[in-house]
Amino acid sequence: MSTKIGDRVKRKEDKRFTTGKGKYTDDVRNDNQAYAAFVRSPHAHASVKGIDISGAMAMDGVIDVLNGTQLTGDGIGNIICGWAITSKDGTPMKMGAWSALATEKVRYVGDAVAVVIAETQALARIAAEAVEVDYEILPVVASTTAAMKDGAVTIHDCAPDNQIYDWELGDEAATDAGLAAATHVTTLDLTNNRLSPNPMEPRSAIATYDDAEEHYTLYTTSQNPHVARLVLSAFYQVAPENKLRVIAPDVGGGFGAKIYIYPEEITCLWASMKTNRSVKWTSDRSEAFMTDAHGRDHVTTAKMGFDADGKITGFKIDTVANIGAYMSLFSSSVPTYLYAPLMSGQYDIQNIHCNVRTYYTNTVPVDAYRGAGRPEATYVVERMMETAAREMGLDPAELRRRNFIQSFPHQTPVLMAYDAGDFPKILEMAQETADVAGFATRKAEAASRGKLRGIGYSTFIEACGLAPSKAAGSLGAGVGLWESAEVRVNPVGSIEVLTGSHSHGQGHETTFAQIVADRFDIPVESVSIVHGDTDKVQFGMGTYGSRSAPVGMSAVVKAMDKVEAKVKKIAAHALEASEDDIVIEGGQVKVAGTDKAMGWHEVGLAAYIAHNLPDGMEPGLKETAFFDPVNFSFPSGAFICEVEVDPETGKTEIVQFTAADDFGTIINPMIVEGQVHGGVTQGIGQALLEQVVYDDDGQLLTGSYMDYTMPRAADVPFYHVEHHETPSPNNPLGVKGCGEAGAIGSPPAVINAITDAIGNNDLAMPATPQAVWRAIQAASKSVAAE
Amino acid sequence: MYPTKYHKPASIEDAIAALGGGDDAMVLAGGQTLLATMKQHLASPSDLVDIRAIEGLSGIAVRGGSLTIGAATTHAEVAGSGDVREQCAALAALASGIGDPAVRNMGTIGGSIANNDPAADYPAALLALGATIITNKREIAADDFFTGLFTTALDEGEIIVAVNVSAPTKAAYAKFDQPASRFALVGVFVANGASGVRVAVTGAGEDGVFRHAGLEAALSADWSGSAVDGVDVAADGLMSDMHAGADYRANLIKVMAKRAVSASA
Amino acid sequence: MTKVNMNVNGKAVSGDVPDETLLSQFLRETLRLTGTHIGCDTSQCGACVVHVNGQAVKSCSTLAVSLDGADVMTIEGLANGELHPMQAAFNDNHGLQCGFCTPGMIMSGVDMVARYKAEGKDLTSDAIRAELEGNICRCTGYHNIVKSIEDAAAKM
Repeated sequence: MSTKIGDRVKRKEDKRFTTGKGKYTDDVRNDNQAYAAFVRSPHAHASVKGIDISGAMAMDGVIDVLNGTQLTGDGIGNIICGWAITSKDGTPMKMGAWSALATEKVRYVGDAVAVVIAETQALARIAAEAVEVDYEILPVVASTTAAMKDGAVTIHDCAPDNQIYDWELGDEAATDAGLAAATHVTTLDLTNNRLSPNPMEPRSAIATYDDAEEHYTLYTTSQNPHVARLVLSAFYQVAPENKLRVIAPDVGGGFGAKIYIYPEEITCLWASMKTNRSVKWTSDRSEAFMTDAHGRDHVTTAKMGFDADGKITGFKIDTVANIGAYMSLFSSSVPTYLYAPLMSGQYDIQNIHCNVRTYYTNTVPVDAYRGAGRPEATYVVERMMETAAREMGLDPAELRRRNFIQSFPHQTPVLMAYDAGDFPKILEMAQETADVAGFATRKAEAASRGKLRGIGYSTFIEACGLAPSKAAGSLGAGVGLWESAEVRVNPVGSIEVLTGSHSHGQGHETTFAQIVADRFDIPVESVSIVHGDTDKVQFGMGTYGSRSAPVGMSAVVKAMDKVEAKVKKIAAHALEASEDDIVIEGGQVKVAGTDKAMGWHEVGLAAYIAHNLPDGMEPGLKETAFFDPVNFSFPSGAFICEVEVDPETGKTEIVQFTAADDFGTIINPMIVEGQVHGGVTQGIGQALLEQVVYDDDGQLLTGSYMDYTMPRAADVPFYHVEHHETPSPNNPLGVKGCGEAGAIGSPPAVINAITDAIGNNDLAMPATPQAVWRAIQAASKSVAAE
Repeated sequence: MYPTKYHKPASIEDAIAALGGGDDAMVLAGGQTLLATMKQHLASPSDLVDIRAIEGLSGIAVRGGSLTIGAATTHAEVAGSGDVREQCAALAALASGIGDPAVRNMGTIGGSIANNDPAADYPAALLALGATIITNKREIAADDFFTGLFTTALDEGEIIVAVNVSAPTKAAYAKFDQPASRFALVGVFVANGASGVRVAVTGAGEDGVFRHAGLEAALSADWSGSAVDGVDVAADGLMSDMHAGADYRANLIKVMAKRAVSASA
Repeated sequence: MTKVNMNVNGKAVSGDVPDETLLSQFLRETLRLTGTHIGCDTSQCGACVVHVNGQAVKSCSTLAVSLDGADVMTIEGLANGELHPMQAAFNDNHGLQCGFCTPGMIMSGVDMVARYKAEGKDLTSDAIRAELEGNICRCTGYHNIVKSIEDAAAKM
């Protein structure tokens, strides 16, 4: 069976996962294992007046109770946000101090003030409850609405009015003029609901300190172990990088939540040194809801103007975004550079202006969650397009078509230079698959059963493959966003690829092996992928932002280029031929047009035996490469959702969902489709089910699966997924990245379908049965009133 | 979890003794709610008295149109019982919709009604069916048993042994799930039998499961879905939380009642 | 501490554990069978599903001491020389991504197929979705999990 690019190769990693042999962080247990439990604030905002640890320390088996004053006293630095955003008045963003263990103040429910280290996990948790903290309760702002009010309590002294920045992108005057010239202006107020990422594996950290070597080892649930090491070392001063090994073994999903370096990992490392024990902490789900970074949480007003032909004349967006109590690692970039540059969507819009204000609130930090900024942008653009079409009496697909960008490259007014795509084609594919022509018949049939059937579109674009380092740097990023790879050909010809990308469900052990098998024409079984260990892999930037294929794989290709060049030199020398005549195929390295050949493994052996290498050539066959993309990649798609609503209960059923995507070159369609299924389901979750709720006192009301609705099997249908490939010209494989498309594109398709079904456009996410029922009631009242 | 001491008595007497022996002993009947509560440190019983090994506490018996279901009978056993399906198919259907398959293999009818979660399914069935709850001390009518949120008429040292249900002529349960927990946001059990028409509502009442007089009157006059249309289901006294307002719950009571009546057999 | 004896994956095992030890903790910590996972604390996610005396049970919601003498099957015991058809079907149909929910999904899948076969009922895709109420996956969108179970059901 072929295992090349484009083949549906079954996953090589599955055997260990299906037999219970996967090795996740919590599966690790060290010899001198102790357990950490955090003492967390029950208040959303309070001054810490004192901590009494005597009750906990008196318990048999409690090793130590450590606090923030000790932590900062030992020189552990504050947690930082790594992307500097500048307000439109030129002032820098206002980053408040965030200590891994709070010292003077707690700022959200769950903020850690101390840690108990004990012999068992159960005891650590019991002892944590016995630590008595004297809090002086402060007023709370639990939402951006509350944070923005005059006289609202200040969360960080550096931001007296709680505003972190007031930022803009685009030409406001030109956009105002475009809107003024419009014959129709659509205005919408939109909320992008706050979500909890919920990878099924809760976060976990096991830190071990070797006092003889002054060396730390950290097992942790990370999407980017090298970034974790860099930040722990350079900013938090835990240990120099050469004295800190970070291992992210099998990781059970990430979705953004495992990008960041949280207080718990820092504290476990420090505590392992303080107690000279291996310190383990594993979150339970309740703790995850309380402390994992949340996603989304925007409130937006948008105006879109159209001329008489339905062409967009201007698009103006005003957004308020919630950052939470502290600025998490990438939090500042999500509502800015990952958001506003997507406002052109698939459309040729000359005038766009986006203003974003962000605020502190007494809630857990908000950061990137699958899609990160792009779902929020897509929701605005695609709700606007559908609404405008309805207001102007146009077919929503037709309005989109009139505004589609038709030629590439295309420079938008909001930074992005789209490289490739075929938007009309993808929409047409989706419409055919979804049988849009037959919708009226299906609607009538549903009506005969008392159901309201509706259809909704979303034609969206992403900016993925994060990111060109120079461009990211110019926009404020504190790091480069390249990726690295090392390709090691062993003396027997088998290959190890060491990649800085990290797989936590994406199937890299299969797809990365496929590109190597394809290139050197060897079986995929001969290729092993190594990742997730800073002692094994050269520096890497990790996996997020749909970057593993466009950036990570590109680095592998660059390294393979170097390997191939050396292989050809070795073979040409051995076979007494010209390098230019050497070809690699069928497991052999051949002289084209002759029967002279060496086995692939023979070349490997020759490289290491080194008896017959060209003069001056170094022995060995191992190459490293770093790939820094020259542009983002721009996956695009057309999603069509069909729903049936039960008007009596307001319950929505997704009866059909079509996803037509352009991911550029596809390495493994099976895995790409799996990514789409999962992403769309998360988007449906956002649209119908999921919502983090804090009350006005900052208490988390959705603290477990009893109150936070995760999509379950019966909530979603089988999906229709198809692809149209327009290769990206900006990386060697032509790939664009597929991890986030589903989550980015689907929420507006769902809401557009429901609002179509019920005849009321005033519907916020999540469209719970109650929300839909109320919208139906409101619509029938307004009809009755007319 | 806080430390606890586990007991597995073989008789009711031993169970009562074990319950009396701890500072804060609790009965463990299936543990599908209690253990989760203990994990979250919301309960910390000194002793757990597992009643599942007590002879005669588990199983289903039919006697003259009357079903006796042992307290330690699992939801899966009730759902899968030919006797229950024959005598009261609605009860079997209700049991097949509690939790999920793995929970149904452990959770028990006695545990469910002793906990009396305001959104649990069984209380609606037992109240609508006019069931009798049999304890080690007495028999309690369902009307007297469910006394409020998470509270029942059970005394200290009193253990549910079985529930007794008379087969109705017609009955059905319609449930609208709270989307996250999958407990009932509103569940309505309608029954028409020897004790007349009874309609019990779970998931909605501020004081837990309750009978709805208006629906009972309307359905007594006319056992049909359309009879429900004319009933005024007030939002007063109904729960309002982030999942549903009282007015929405009131609407669901009517819709579920109607669907239950239509489905009743 | 109480001594617990069980038969786990066909082998007699025992351990001295505190009474409040959950079956999941007994499996993971005492026996070091770490294929059984913990994804929630409200008995909802199903990553911990194992079979006790032939029935699917959430091991996070069962006390080990209450199962003295029980037969327990975990994900580690399912393959018998070669992969169980359910395990193979998850690989064939890409029914897993991060793999964390997978052991519970497979154990629930095996249980539902066995029950439906015993009762002579047709395990439709809608039935599979309903049966998976107590198993949460964040990666796959369930599409390929349902396909995997359908595929395995045809082969079991």
